[in-house]
Amino acid sequence: MMRSLSITPAKCTGCLQCEMACSYENEGVFNPAKSRIKVFVFEHEGRNVPYTCTQCADAWCKNACPTEAIQINAATGAKVINEGLCVGCKVCTIACPFGTVNYNHATGKVIKCDLCGGDPACAKACPTQAITYIDADWTGYDKMRGWAARTDTQSAAQV
Amino acid sequence: MRYAIIGAGPSGVVAAETLRARDAQAEIVIVGGEAEPAYSRMAIPYLLAGQIDETGTYLRHTPDHFDKLGIRMVQEQVSTVDTDARRLLLSNGSSLDFDRLLIASGSHPVKPPVAGLDQPAIHHCWTLADARHIAKYASPDSRVVLMGAGFIGSIIMEALVRRKVRLTLVEKADRMVPRMMDQTAGNLIKQWCIGQGVDVRTSTQVDAIDTDPSGSARYLLRTTPSGVIPADLVVVATGVRPTIGFLQGSAIETRLGVLVDDHLQTSVEGIYAAGDVCEGFDWNTGARAIHAIQPVAAETGRLAALNMSGCRTVYTGSLGMNVLDSIGLISTSFGQWQGIDGGDQTQLLDESGYRYIKLQFEEDRLIGAITLGTTEHVGVIRGLIQSRTQLGAWRQRLIRDPSRVMEAYLANAQ
Repeated sequence: MMRSLSITPAKCTGCLQCEMACSYENEGVFNPAKSRIKVFVFEHEGRNVPYTCTQCADAWCKNACPTEAIQINAATGAKVINEGLCVGCKVCTIACPFGTVNYNHATGKVIKCDLCGGDPACAKACPTQAITYIDADWTGYDKMRGWAARTDTQSAAQV
Repeated sequence: MRYAIIGAGPSGVVAAETLRARDAQAEIVIVGGEAEPAYSRMAIPYLLAGQIDETGTYLRHTPDHFDKLGIRMVQEQVSTVDTDARRLLLSNGSSLDFDRLLIASGSHPVKPPVAGLDQPAIHHCWTLADARHIAKYASPDSRVVLMGAGFIGSIIMEALVRRKVRLTLVEKADRMVPRMMDQTAGNLIKQWCIGQGVDVRTSTQVDAIDTDPSGSARYLLRTTPSGVIPADLVVVATGVRPTIGFLQGSAIETRLGVLVDDHLQTSVEGIYAAGDVCEGFDWNTGARAIHAIQPVAAETGRLAALNMSGCRTVYTGSLGMNVLDSIGLISTSFGQWQGIDGGDQTQLLDESGYRYIKLQFEEDRLIGAITLGTTEHVGVIRGLIQSRTQLGAWRQRLIRDPSRVMEAYLANAQ
């Protein structure tokens, strides 16, 4: 069974443990600026929204890549950057309508969530279970897919 | 079913793979005009910068990728398309019969009307062969003049800077990347590039290229109003045009590119077009448009292949968008960044910090944007535009502070 990250903003306290865990797991430093998951804070509403790649079926990033540098991990379903093939052209950063592929100035390559190879550090670090890693069928990503369906050109092809 | 595809770029390759996924039995042939494996022109600047070797430009990296998929690659130019006989005539005199055809022949660089362009060490930067020539001449401290500061010229600029040449950039328009950036952003990019050591001359025209009689440089470029500029290498990046010459006299209707309908079919049934060569529709306005960009090449290649193989799929038009790295200063543009009559716009400028964002609205929907100096989550701009999200209260919040795009997105999408 494929698993996915499930995010419940209502449970997020804004502690940023996920960002710390992600940057340490992937970059070797505790630096939220290097995290692939970001918590957006809506101060007036007192709401925190952790946000990262949903590994969407459309894979806009992968389809737009000119050098085959975004590949699917067969075990996790994650869309993964192959750093050896990424030339840093950044086309994926504008092609992804969710804005979850970002450019890393330090390496000259792009970065995105790769589900940590099937054991996501953000979910392990989250103290309130706002981020969990569960069976894909249970994640309620229908909302995100609905959003994807509204972004016309590519999803039309799913018909 | 026999499918022929003209063009071995991203559009043709994605189409061939899509056709194969839909039909295990079909005969699929890609006819590419260059004696190279299928590669990405977009990767050429990174090859010139020394970041990758030639194999790094290849569209597919698995050995025998096309063989394994049963996709035959033919390296020949197409001379003519016989739409009645359903036959391609190739430059080597052979022919290829098809039932359905995809024209994904891409685009080619145009030569500006300047005397003296047909000489050695004067090259476009479009093909792998061009890149090999440029690499030969663009040695450290050589004097290089790059003609054209459009999107392609500006990307090549970075590669030439990395090769440590002495670079002069000459652009006819009054700013850099005029078709992607407004005056403010185009000028900021120019200032930035000057700060990085590039001699940028906008509103400057090259009148002629003469050999240097003194022999101290290979060429002397006569320009207005910048006078004489010496050069050991001239790189010409003054625009591209769809490659449609081989369609002359055929029944396939063309304008600037190959005209397609809302299923990417041309005026001849069973013949489709995709990628740079295809003149489709602007997603925002519905007007005829050519968006010669990578995401559109891949998307239209896939959509055309679906339609060719019997899965009727509507092509709703293409959204123009670009991302450019000018020696470390990253800019993007999306959709109708120029704005529309009766629309609203908002902008935030930090000139000394080289940061800028400008948003364009139609009623309470985002329809276009320019960003400079920011890269985080820029993709949501596309998401907001293409989902036609009604921003409600967030429209006014964005007008007050356009940097809150990501929040606006999350508030409306999540």
